Amino acid sequence: MKKPACRQARFAALRASFLCAAYTYRMLDFLIRLLKRVFMHKTYTSIVQIAGDVITAEAEGVGYNEIAEISTSRGVSLAQVIRLDGKRVSLQIFAGSKGVSTGDRIRFLGHPMRIAGGEDLLGRIFNGSGLPLDKGPVLEDNLVDIGGPPVNPVKRIIPNKMIRTGIPMIDVFNSLVESQKLPIFSIAGEPYNDVLARIAIQAEVDIIILGGMGLKYDDYLFFRDTLEEKGALSRSIFFIHTASDPTGECLLVPDISLAVAEHFALNGRRVLVLLSDMTNFADALKEISITMEQVPSNRGYPGDLYSQLAARYEKAVDFDTAGSITILAVTTMPGDDVTHPVPDNTGYITEGQFYLKNSVIEPFGSLSRLKQQVNGKTRSDHRTIMDTMIQLFAGYRETLEKQAMGFQMSAWDKKLLKYGMIFESEMMSLKVNIPLEKALDRGWRILGECFTPEETGIKKPLIEQYWQHSP
Amino acid sequence: MRSKRKGKVIKISGNMVTARVDSAVIQNEVAYIQSGAEFLKAEVIRVRNNEAETQVYENTGGLRVGDTVEFTGELLSVELGPGLLGQIFDGLQNPLPPLAEEYGFFLKRGVYLSSLVDSVEWEFTPLVKKGDRVKAGVRLGFVPEKIFRHFIMAPFSLTGSAEVVSIANMGRYNLKQPIACLRDPSGKEENVYLKQRWPVKIPIRAYAERLKPVEPLVTKMRLIDSLFPVARGGTYCIPGPFGAGKTVLQQLISRHAEADVVIIAACGERAGEVVETLKTFPELVDPRTRKPLSDRTVIICNTSSMPVAARESSVYTAVTIAEYYRQMGLNILLLADSTSRWAQAMREMSGRLEEIPGEEAFPAYLESRIASFYERAGVVRLYDGSIGSVTIGGTVSPAGGNFEEPVTQATLKVVGAFHGLSRERSDARRYPAIDPLISWSKYLSIIDRRHLEKGREILRKSHEVSQMMKVIGEEGTSLPDYVEYLKGEFFDFVYLQQNAFDAVDEACPAERQKYIFSFIYDILEAEFDFENKEKALHFFQQLRQLFKGWNSASFRSAEFEKIEQEISLLVEQKRKKD
Repeated sequence: MKKPACRQARFAALRASFLCAAYTYRMLDFLIRLLKRVFMHKTYTSIVQIAGDVITAEAEGVGYNEIAEISTSRGVSLAQVIRLDGKRVSLQIFAGSKGVSTGDRIRFLGHPMRIAGGEDLLGRIFNGSGLPLDKGPVLEDNLVDIGGPPVNPVKRIIPNKMIRTGIPMIDVFNSLVESQKLPIFSIAGEPYNDVLARIAIQAEVDIIILGGMGLKYDDYLFFRDTLEEKGALSRSIFFIHTASDPTGECLLVPDISLAVAEHFALNGRRVLVLLSDMTNFADALKEISITMEQVPSNRGYPGDLYSQLAARYEKAVDFDTAGSITILAVTTMPGDDVTHPVPDNTGYITEGQFYLKNSVIEPFGSLSRLKQQVNGKTRSDHRTIMDTMIQLFAGYRETLEKQAMGFQMSAWDKKLLKYGMIFESEMMSLKVNIPLEKALDRGWRILGECFTPEETGIKKPLIEQYWQHSP
Repeated sequence: MRSKRKGKVIKISGNMVTARVDSAVIQNEVAYIQSGAEFLKAEVIRVRNNEAETQVYENTGGLRVGDTVEFTGELLSVELGPGLLGQIFDGLQNPLPPLAEEYGFFLKRGVYLSSLVDSVEWEFTPLVKKGDRVKAGVRLGFVPEKIFRHFIMAPFSLTGSAEVVSIANMGRYNLKQPIACLRDPSGKEENVYLKQRWPVKIPIRAYAERLKPVEPLVTKMRLIDSLFPVARGGTYCIPGPFGAGKTVLQQLISRHAEADVVIIAACGERAGEVVETLKTFPELVDPRTRKPLSDRTVIICNTSSMPVAARESSVYTAVTIAEYYRQMGLNILLLADSTSRWAQAMREMSGRLEEIPGEEAFPAYLESRIASFYERAGVVRLYDGSIGSVTIGGTVSPAGGNFEEPVTQATLKVVGAFHGLSRERSDARRYPAIDPLISWSKYLSIIDRRHLEKGREILRKSHEVSQMMKVIGEEGTSLPDYVEYLKGEFFDFVYLQQNAFDAVDEACPAERQKYIFSFIYDILEAEFDFENKEKALHFFQQLRQLFKGWNSASFRSAEFEKIEQEISLLVEQKRKKD
């Protein structure tokens, strides 16, 4: 009986020493961090101006865009340096300036805004500053700088993979392509978040990142519950700024979301980033720039709105020999006006747009600039169905106008009217959820029900292969 | 190169950094701001008392008050020499492929590589001999570059006439070895290398005289060449709302235009579009030279997420390289996409400088900057009598698609042709979506003037009738009016529109344009005998179908001739007999 006891004792001793070593290491690490905190970063209490969410303090040796911590009576908030003028340092407080006292302490951290990256984030929910909104721990490993440098165009590849969404108006008519940046132009009240959630669930991607800006709390819950219900939450990461949160955090959401996405993409993962709603982001930009007394250019928006939006959208990428980032955003158009500065500048940046109107994706105006890269490789009839059905639908819309003006309906007009009705209910409706091939088959069926082969103008070989004669 | 003049950073706001200096400062000189181990390139854009305000060509994150600024005394310049063709540069002439090799996926800031590879050897042949007198821009010799003779010229900065003190023999030289020595009138001797530097914001003026642009520059787009032509050495602009096809149009022109060298300045636009160009051009063959298209192309790309200040310099870098190749007696086409982004970069900087804003917050000097940029286009007669030209085509992205905005208006005042894209045309899938009713050109067309007038008149008339029909319907329109309308639509469909996805139709040479236009003129002039509107519609539909096949048949091929006969037959059947 002696031997095992001895072994046990030795094992215990070994364990103790291990534990001891680990403990010492942790203590040391803690001490070093503490020392760093005390000595590396100076603390200032010299706030001289508070205007909007921007405060100005006097400090030295501060880097541009550096992050600082401000301890106020309401807790600790992060802030970013947005202007340096001699000793005067202007900081934008992410949590807002409410309750900030001129005597509060500012500690400069000596680095730009960072966010933890990596697998630990999956399934987690954070706010705009990267702090947990769920019950999980704060993450501090694998830190990545947000707003990193642009990608060298030479290291991009021409996008070539289609993302299937199960929505015929997208899959058939305006295919979404991996690494594409595409906004949904919509007005308030349209079900754009439902569309985003549906695409997120059905898209064949590795990781989904949702960046919510000025999101209604209900919408946030909707996203969370929908993704959880469909079992997609474990591969999702949320960065949520709700409408009641401070403006500063809204500005961070796209940067944080895309920095995390980039980290995954560099490790070969295919990431889908959903941003809702970019108009709120632009409005937050406007708020800050007005506070900073910048000259506004158009309807109060700053002159660099285009560059600011582009810096985010251009993060969409298909890396040569690594993963990809696809960005699907929502841009609500105030007053349904596409010439409003936000949708207008967005349209010049993105690779097309989906118009969501009356709860359907409008075939006219919607455009995927990259669809040509993929829709030649799906099925031989894809492009033909796409062109023919849209042309006929355009005819239907004209006929509707004629009908409204009281012109007589010809036989052809009547055919078009029948076709349009079926097209609207069986293709356009967002209730339709079928894979691309089924949608193409359905297209042939609808054409067969309404027209003769000659009336469609489709080339003979395709007619012979696919035409479905109505019974 | 770097002088001893230094300053200290006192103010940072976005990409504007102000430095305090105690010595002299030169307006527009290049300065480097030291941040740790990095040196960030900047340009002095305003001097007030002892403060120099600079625009930094990089992200300014991490810069501190008190950082050192070094002034170089040199204006922002580019390297000009053999090896530029086929290259891909950023707005500051950093070569992008070597950057990718060295630094991977991202554009690391503060890294500046040499634009041309110094170690490459070129086969030099001298053209002057010792004792000759030369002026700035005179050819001293040449090296072969791709399909061209790349002339090595006396430095453009030379004043007066200099004497050739020595000239290298025929042989192989790299960019670091002197190939000649010149003595200028003041007696100073200067070595000449295969490459030279030139400040981008100053036009190269080493030529005998500027000529009027008259020769057409054939782009092989029917709508442009026939109706709204561009002349060699001329300027044109393409404004249009997003999605109207500006970039696709520019891409097509860059492929097919009859220019010796094409310079593409992708300025503040999508990276994806540049990627398409730079990945496909090496594989596309130039039909004239049977060499890859990339051999005659230089790409300057400063996409929308790259630093804003470098966006401004990218158009200047591009036009300077264009002028350099012009000096060799070549015809250069510079495509700038999009000049609005360049103007916006100016606006951003102006805002930071707190200048009093003009319309839509653009600076007051917007118009003069745009004008002086387009003025760098032109046809010139060089000292040896040969002719070179730079043609500039710029796209404009007006806010909200409204042409009344400052950038479009400032551009329209200085260009020779206006190709206005319309949303209506692009929504109707009528490509190229250049609206024939609003566009104009001051240059001479390849088509006979009388024929052209007929075409324009038909388009106008057809538009009027179609507007009228919207109100009174087809029933209320008279048959002759209806036929006019159909003629206009027919002309639009078979001539103005071009299928960019059809191997033949995507590029229509001048000879073919002339032939088809006169053929169509005959149809437009003809009087037809139709019983009713339905018959008329049917006839033009038939014609349209035939033309579709005709347009995609190779010129003068058997199929081409066959379809031509079918068309003639059809037309003769319906022609009114007197």
